[in-house]
Amino acid sequence: MHEMIKAKAIELLESGCVNRVLGWKAGEFFYDLTPAVFTTREEIERDFVYSVFSAANLSKYLIAESRKEGKVAAFLKPCDSYSFQQLLKEHRIWRDNVYVVGIACDGMCDMDVIRDKGVKGVTAVHQDGENLKLETLYGTATMPKSDALPERCVHCKSHKVVVFDEMLGENGEENPDSGRFDEVERIEAMTPDERFAFWRKELSRCIRCNACRNVCPACSCEKCVFDNDKSGVAQKAAASDFEENNFHIIRAFHVASRCTDCGECSRVCPQKIPLHLLNRKFIRDINELYGTYQAGADMDTKPPLMDFTKGDAEPSVVYGRGGKQ
Amino acid sequence: MKKISRSDLPRLFEALSQARRLYIPADDGSGQAKFLPYTPGMELTQNLNTVRSAKDLFFPQVENLLKFKVQGKQIEILDDRDPVEPFVIFGVRACDCRSFDVLDNVFLHAEPADTFYQARRENAVVMTLACNAPEETCFCTVFGIDPADPAGDVTMWQTKDTLYLRANTEKGAAVLDDLPLDDADDAAVAAQQAATREILKKLPLKDLDLNGFDHEHMLQKFNDPRWAQLSESCLGCGTCTFVCPTCQCYDIKEFNTGKEIQRFRCWDSCMYSDFTQMSAGQPRPTQKERFRQRFMHKLVYYPANNDGLYSCVGCGRCLQKCPIHMNIVKVIKTLGGECHDA
Amino acid sequence: MQVNETFTPTIVAFCCNWCSYAGADLSGTNRLSYPANVKIIRIPCSCRLNPMFILRAFQRGADGVILCGCHPGDCHYTTGNYYARRRMTLLFSMLDYLGIEKERTRVEWVSAAEGAKFAATMNDFAATVTKLGKNKRLEDLRCTK
Repeated sequence: MHEMIKAKAIELLESGCVNRVLGWKAGEFFYDLTPAVFTTREEIERDFVYSVFSAANLSKYLIAESRKEGKVAAFLKPCDSYSFQQLLKEHRIWRDNVYVVGIACDGMCDMDVIRDKGVKGVTAVHQDGENLKLETLYGTATMPKSDALPERCVHCKSHKVVVFDEMLGENGEENPDSGRFDEVERIEAMTPDERFAFWRKELSRCIRCNACRNVCPACSCEKCVFDNDKSGVAQKAAASDFEENNFHIIRAFHVASRCTDCGECSRVCPQKIPLHLLNRKFIRDINELYGTYQAGADMDTKPPLMDFTKGDAEPSVVYGRGGKQ
Repeated sequence: MKKISRSDLPRLFEALSQARRLYIPADDGSGQAKFLPYTPGMELTQNLNTVRSAKDLFFPQVENLLKFKVQGKQIEILDDRDPVEPFVIFGVRACDCRSFDVLDNVFLHAEPADTFYQARRENAVVMTLACNAPEETCFCTVFGIDPADPAGDVTMWQTKDTLYLRANTEKGAAVLDDLPLDDADDAAVAAQQAATREILKKLPLKDLDLNGFDHEHMLQKFNDPRWAQLSESCLGCGTCTFVCPTCQCYDIKEFNTGKEIQRFRCWDSCMYSDFTQMSAGQPRPTQKERFRQRFMHKLVYYPANNDGLYSCVGCGRCLQKCPIHMNIVKVIKTLGGECHDA
Repeated sequence: MQVNETFTPTIVAFCCNWCSYAGADLSGTNRLSYPANVKIIRIPCSCRLNPMFILRAFQRGADGVILCGCHPGDCHYTTGNYYARRRMTLLFSMLDYLGIEKERTRVEWVSAAEGAKFAATMNDFAATVTKLGKNKRLEDLRCTK
């Protein structure tokens, strides 16, 4: 796949179809790839990498890139394509300036997951079929690729690239039985005290680095409400429990019905807060109350929070739901 | 040199926490480590290092400075600082220990001294722990740090079943006096150090070339066109800054509690769009300038003002935590090494 | 504050200018009583209610927050309350998910002619919140200590 994508990038560049390519650039190690724009064949040959560590969702960069001169080629995995289409729907990306190459994906590995499995000091990795061979400072190790997948890939919602000009590899299918709401349901089944304790334990680790917000393709406001000095919110300071709750509730609410569940928020969180569980709660509630909806899946449907029906449930429906007492 | 069996660590922690508050690196509930106040039953982390560095204990993310109370035309100013009691930090790594030198230059050695920071520094005993198993992201040796022999009031080494302790200062010796320890010779420690140093030779980043990151090349580095490409995918989040043991920028803010005004300070990040916001706006309008500021500060401005001491300690936290994996090592490799005259 | 019998909750009621605010007025002119600790904040439409307003009310010492707007179908701006209805449903569900007592938040549709309903709603809500006690889970210790 790596060679195929690289060849495609060079072909698109040299045929004049695009004048630059958005992809992932090799780092110091095999796993620390950085999103980058490539403009020459030499750069692509030297630095372009597509591997099981090309996890970063490139869609958000296209907001800025598509406004620049000329056309940019972007390689989008299934998750990324949902974010891309959602941004198109919100008129944030200029479609004519992007050539989308869809790429099939069967899960991206996560270095934190590998470290958590006790493998430390990893200096190189080779993919050998379904296994990862890891060279470390302390010897070699092997683990199935499936053990190195983060939660979002284990419970992958869709292998389907929903928008593309060209597809590399075979396009996959949606996966309605992903089990991605299992954890949400587990939390819902707790008592309010347990839920409060669960979220306090998770959210109290927040350091307000804003990585979740800045990486989120749905968080595309030019100026965030949390960057407004006059709003009275503590911005960068997790000054109290309230501020932590406030930031995460409001951030999840602001992306509700637009969040495609790409899972970038949880991937980038340095404190490993399962932020996707907040977004998934909204998705689950929306599915249940207003009909199944997947943000970014199409260009036509209205996001449920920008829509209504006269027969919608009253807010009091909440009193009858939720967990043990 | 003193020693204690590792199976007796709980006993050691009990004894240490008798006289002072004890902080040890332990699981924070996410499988990652954090310096936490010791409670009985708490275990030392298996991880090499904490995500948040030891600077937290001297320079916390948020701290109250003072309060104003307004009554009629009277403004009352109240002290609102948290009381500082003697405490001991157990298991600080060599890199974090060096970061205290960097912070001291900013908060203690410049006039006037920061009394909040000073109070914590004076009340603390730092017990460092030598590294046995560095990770691939470690590069402290580049900055002349020896992870097999860290500084601090007390230095400690772990072997398979024993913890060795050596006091380096009077403060450290006083702490060790009260502990249930046996005398030991240096042989086991020397062997452990030799083993660690063998691994250090294999570290992939050990040969980073810092040539050219100095006062003389300041303008050349500042004007380097490659900052644009290095910073192009930076998200502008504060992860690198907040996990960094040497980042020391803060903002002072006020909060109206309804009863009084609370003035507090909180960490700030030069990566944020509203960093050092002034009435005329942001002096660094795009992410390129903000990104450049962070690395120029660490690698050029700070050493230029502090006798060549770099304000990076090679702990590798930003390498592990940056969402897009752009970090100081990539900056050094891209811009360093060549020393043309500016 | 600890003893529930002497506890008087602080309640913030966001009222739509075109209906519930007038409803509150009517309940006053009709000499109907509702608790004095209900603080009314007038908003131009129920859909003006930014979810952060609710959280901020709790931060600043509210023990219960209620939104009153026009009955569905009667919005002065035709559809505002339909949007508000979806937003509040999801927000309340999220607060519940975070373990915050769901009875602390409520939405009622009160028209300008329903002075009696306004008073009854406030009395009922105040009683519910009194039973729950002080808001602890969304308080800001800096404000309440």
